[in-house]
Amino acid sequence: MIAEKNITCIVCPIGCKILVRIDGMKLEIVGGNKCKRGIEYAKNEAFDPRRMLTTSVLVNGGEWPIVSVKSSKPVPKEKLFSILKEIKRKAVNAPVKSGQTIIENVANTDISIVATKTVKNNKIF
Amino acid sequence: MIYHSADVVVIGGGPAGLAAAISAKKSGAEHVVLLDRNSWLGGILPQCIHDGFGVEETGVSMTGPEYAEKYIEVAEKQDIVMMKETVVLQFDKKLEIIAVNKTGLHQIKASAIVLAMGCRERTRWNVMIPGDRPSGIYTAGVAQAFINLYNIMPGKNVIILGSGDVGLIMARRLKFEGANVLGVVEVLPYVSGLPRNVVQCLEDYDIPLFLNHKVICINGRERVEQVIIAQVDEKMNVIYGTEKKIGCDTLLLSLGLIPENELAKNVGIEIDSSTGGPTVNQYFETTLSGVFACGNCLQVYDTVDVLVNDAKNAGKSAAKNSVIQKKNKKVVTKVLPGRGVRYVVPQIISEPGKVHFTLRAEKPRESSVLYVIADNKELLKKRLPWANPANIIGIDIDIPSELMIRTCNLEVMLGDC
Repeated sequence: MIAEKNITCIVCPIGCKILVRIDGMKLEIVGGNKCKRGIEYAKNEAFDPRRMLTTSVLVNGGEWPIVSVKSSKPVPKEKLFSILKEIKRKAVNAPVKSGQTIIENVANTDISIVATKTVKNNKIF
Repeated sequence: MIYHSADVVVIGGGPAGLAAAISAKKSGAEHVVLLDRNSWLGGILPQCIHDGFGVEETGVSMTGPEYAEKYIEVAEKQDIVMMKETVVLQFDKKLEIIAVNKTGLHQIKASAIVLAMGCRERTRWNVMIPGDRPSGIYTAGVAQAFINLYNIMPGKNVIILGSGDVGLIMARRLKFEGANVLGVVEVLPYVSGLPRNVVQCLEDYDIPLFLNHKVICINGRERVEQVIIAQVDEKMNVIYGTEKKIGCDTLLLSLGLIPENELAKNVGIEIDSSTGGPTVNQYFETTLSGVFACGNCLQVYDTVDVLVNDAKNAGKSAAKNSVIQKKNKKVVTKVLPGRGVRYVVPQIISEPGKVHFTLRAEKPRESSVLYVIADNKELLKKRLPWANPANIIGIDIDIPSELMIRTCNLEVMLGDC
C-alpha cells in the first residue's frame, strides 16, 4: 500500500513541510524540503522517529539544585518516558562539569545522558 | 561614588551583550566592560535547556546553557571586565553611566554604549483577561525558570495561553515533569512559534491546540480552579455559545515579549513603535550618537543565531565609534515597512553600500515577492519561497549612493506572486 504523508522538518527553524510517499519499507521524497538535511530527517521520521531529550538531574551540594542534561544522541521517541523515569531517580554530587556523563547506556539504549551546564559547589558563607 | 572609564560599555550580559562585547574587543576596543544585574551571565539561556541553539550559526545544535558557556568562556579569555549583580540606573547624553552593586555606586564614562537589555514577557494585564486574581498564573518564562533553574513545579494541570515558542517548549517540559497539559490556546488562526516546536512539543504528545480561541475568564478563589475559553471570529470578537470550561490549577501565559528600553527612553532615544526597540541605522547606532542597540531590546528575534550575528555587528560598530561619528550624517534615508511587512530593521540608512536588513511579515504566506521601492522605482525584487511571522527574514540590499544624495524613503513590501 502506498501512503502519502506530510512531515514537518524539525532540523532548523524554517520547518519545511516535506511530502513523502511510503511504500512498505521504501520511502520516496516527493518534495518540499529546502535542503538535504530534510531528506535524512524525513527518512528517520517515517521509520524510526527519534528526538533529542533534554531535562534536568538533581545535584547535591551545588550552587544550583539541578543540572541540565541532554541525550548524547537522539533517542527513540517511544522510549522517551522510560528514559525520563530513569533520569528522575538519579542524583549527582557537585561539582558537575558541562559534558560530564551522568548516566551511561540509559534504559539500555546505548545512549548516555550528559550534563549541559557547569554547576559549582555551593558557597558556604 | 566609584569612577571608571571604558571604551565600550555593554549593558546586559545575555547572548547579545556577550556577543557584542567579544566583537567590540576583537574590533580593537581596549577596555570593554559588561554589566549585568543577575548573578550569572547568559541571560535567559541557562533556563533554555532544550536544544536547537547555534544550528544556523555553527551547524551544531546546542542547548541554551552550552551555548552560553561557550560565549562566557571566550569573554573571560579576552579580559572583558564583567560586572555581575550590577544594576544600571541611568545614563546621560555624555555617555556617563550610573550603576549600583554591592561595592557601591559606580560612574562609568563610556566612549560608546551598547544596549543589550533584552525583553520582558507580556503579562495578564497587557491583554486584560477578566476574572479572579488567584495564585497559579505565571508567564511561561517564569515557569521555565522555576522548573529548569530552581527545581520548582508551578502546577499539575496546566493551560497555556499563547503559542509563542516559550509556551510550546514549556508544554513539553511540563509533560516531561509529569504535569497534565490540557491545551494551548491561541487567538490567531496560526501558531506564533516556530513550526519545529509545534511538531516536537505539541504533536509528539497529543497536546490539544485551540486556534482562534481566547481565555475569557479565570475562576478560582485561592488558586486557579478553572479557565473559560471561547472561539473568536475574524475580528477577534468572542462567538457566544462556543465557551468551554476547563478545570485546571495553573495558567501559563506566552503572550509575546516586549523590548526593555526604559534606560534608552529616559535619555530621549527614539523608539520605533512597531519593533518596540530603538530606531537604528545600519551600524545599529541609535538616535543618540555613540549608543548602539542589539539583541531583544532592539527587536524580538526568534533564534539566538540571527540575534548574535546582528549583535556582533553592533559591537564592532561601537568599537569603531569614533570613526563613524566624524562622518557627515546630514542626509539620511528612512526605511519604512510597507504592505505585508510588520517592521524593518534598520530604520535609517546613513551611508550607501551593502546593508543587511531584517524584517518580519505581517501574516504567513506560502510563496511571495519582496519588493524594495525607492522614489517609486523598484530597487530590488526577490521571490521568497515562504514568509512566516515566526521566522525573521534577512536580506542584503545594495544602497546606491545616488539614493543618498536626495532625501527619500525606502519602502519594503511583501506581495503575492
